[in-house]
Amino acid sequence: MTVPTGPSTPPERKPSGPHKTVPVRHPGRWAASGVILVLVAMLVNTLFFSGVVRGGVEEGRFQWPIVWKYLFVTPVLKGIVVTLELTVVAMVVGIVLGVVLAVMRLSPNRLLSGSAWIYIWFFRGTPVLVQLTFWYVGITYLYPTLTLGIPFGPAFYTVNANSLVTTFIAAALGLSLNEGAYMAEIVRAGIISVDEGQTEAAQSLGMRKSQTLRRIVIPQAMRIIIPPTGNETISMLKTTSLVIVIAGADLFAATQNISNANYQIVPLLLVASLWYLFFTSVLTIGQFYVERHYARGSSRALPPTPLQRLRQDLFRIRPQPVPAVVEPTWLPGRERAP
Amino acid sequence: MTVPMVEALQVRKSFGRLEVLKGIDLTVDPGEVLCLIGPSGSGKSTFLRCINHLEKIDGGELSVDGELVGYRRSGDKLYELRDREVCGKRAEIGMVFQRFNLFPHMSVLDNVTSGPVRVQKESSTTANERARHLLERVGLADKVAAYPNQLSGGQQQRVAIARALAMSPKLMLFDEPTSALDPELVGEVLDVMRGLAEDGMTMIVVTHEMGFAREVGDTMVFMDGGVVVESGDPKVVLTSPQHERTRAFLSKVL
Repeated sequence: MTVPTGPSTPPERKPSGPHKTVPVRHPGRWAASGVILVLVAMLVNTLFFSGVVRGGVEEGRFQWPIVWKYLFVTPVLKGIVVTLELTVVAMVVGIVLGVVLAVMRLSPNRLLSGSAWIYIWFFRGTPVLVQLTFWYVGITYLYPTLTLGIPFGPAFYTVNANSLVTTFIAAALGLSLNEGAYMAEIVRAGIISVDEGQTEAAQSLGMRKSQTLRRIVIPQAMRIIIPPTGNETISMLKTTSLVIVIAGADLFAATQNISNANYQIVPLLLVASLWYLFFTSVLTIGQFYVERHYARGSSRALPPTPLQRLRQDLFRIRPQPVPAVVEPTWLPGRERAP
Repeated sequence: MTVPMVEALQVRKSFGRLEVLKGIDLTVDPGEVLCLIGPSGSGKSTFLRCINHLEKIDGGELSVDGELVGYRRSGDKLYELRDREVCGKRAEIGMVFQRFNLFPHMSVLDNVTSGPVRVQKESSTTANERARHLLERVGLADKVAAYPNQLSGGQQQRVAIARALAMSPKLMLFDEPTSALDPELVGEVLDVMRGLAEDGMTMIVVTHEMGFAREVGDTMVFMDGGVVVESGDPKVVLTSPQHERTRAFLSKVL
């Protein structure tokens, strides 16, 4: 304390000794925690310890041994491969298509922006289940032979649609084209979120429009684009299960085939669910790190990774506060022209 | 006779039905520092943006270093330039914005080298070397690895100036470079600009810093309502303005 002493100063005040501080109590939180603990106990019990009588025989309610038995069988693993392939193909094609459509929609040319609008309108406006069925059944019905050649002119190459459009091709096509429409809107939202000043600064340096988009706008738009794209990927992984309607050989179809044969319907649904959960968890972790990467330059300190946070919680090491603004230096030792 | 760096003849520009520039006549000689003042909405910034073709003019003629901005003359026809050609012209003109517009996803060094590397296809080694030199010149040699949002406004604007200078421009445009800065940070930016002027750079500065205009400017142009009302030596314009509108404006800002 630097209070000047003098006749008018009040008597010096000091704390009257060490106190015990009592934190505020939260009885509501304790009650809620109690309720949740009971519910968790019930869940664990019903999952692993309760039994049920089926056909006169008492057995475990969830039949985990059967689940475990089918979790790694070859047809299931093959189904997983198909599911992952479809997810990757649909997302890659969807993202590329989405970027192209987004750029088209932002074009000053009415024909380009209009046709992109129509595309998005059509593919967002019809259910993906209908689109999948259409690609598989409709294409071969409408176009029994597919031809490569000059429009309205001679044909160079003709192929039977039935042999070209396999289940996988139809599934990949349906999912990709549908995803493109959604990604277009996500990418467009990202692009228009970037301040116009950024484009102007890039242009004033002499950058071409394509360079400005690739080097300046898209990297900044990524921060807006990544989180919904992660959601789309997770959603796509699960949406691939719809290909069962066109006899796709994905994870869900594989488990359904097994249960159709052995009537272990619930355990095989659990097999499928566990695998979907596993892969969506992996994707969620991946999304966290990708988002962190594109947060460069947007926040002063990057958020800690879960591992870092765990370490902090364990060892009670709090993150050092980052200074809000670095002290301005007043042109130290700048040589002035004479 | 030297070719003027910037020559505007009856330049017109409208946004929709609003005519922002109503026939601007103006000449800037090489090495000249021209300060453009006027109330907001008078068209100063728009005129500046026309010079590097961020805005397209609707009428009149605008040329930089003897070449038309955005057009090529052939016979009695004007052909609009392609994107590539416009970009080539823009690369020769540096521009500094009111709100800095640094690229937030790049370090300070990458901001400064982005033009030379991407546009002039310079090797990154020589570009880095020159960028460090320029950052030293604006007093930010220790900030090469920082990201823009870790810098103060004054530091960001000095990086923006270094970024523009990295293209070795023959003309620098400043669009209210100190208007977004805290008062105590204005001086450091003006110091850099003063140094540039002393080195003989041709500059057009839209500004409200009358002290800077008086001290550094060779010419002062007062714009209002889309026309040039008055121009001349800054000391003369500031102390004995000829027009009523100039007097009214100066009485409010001085």
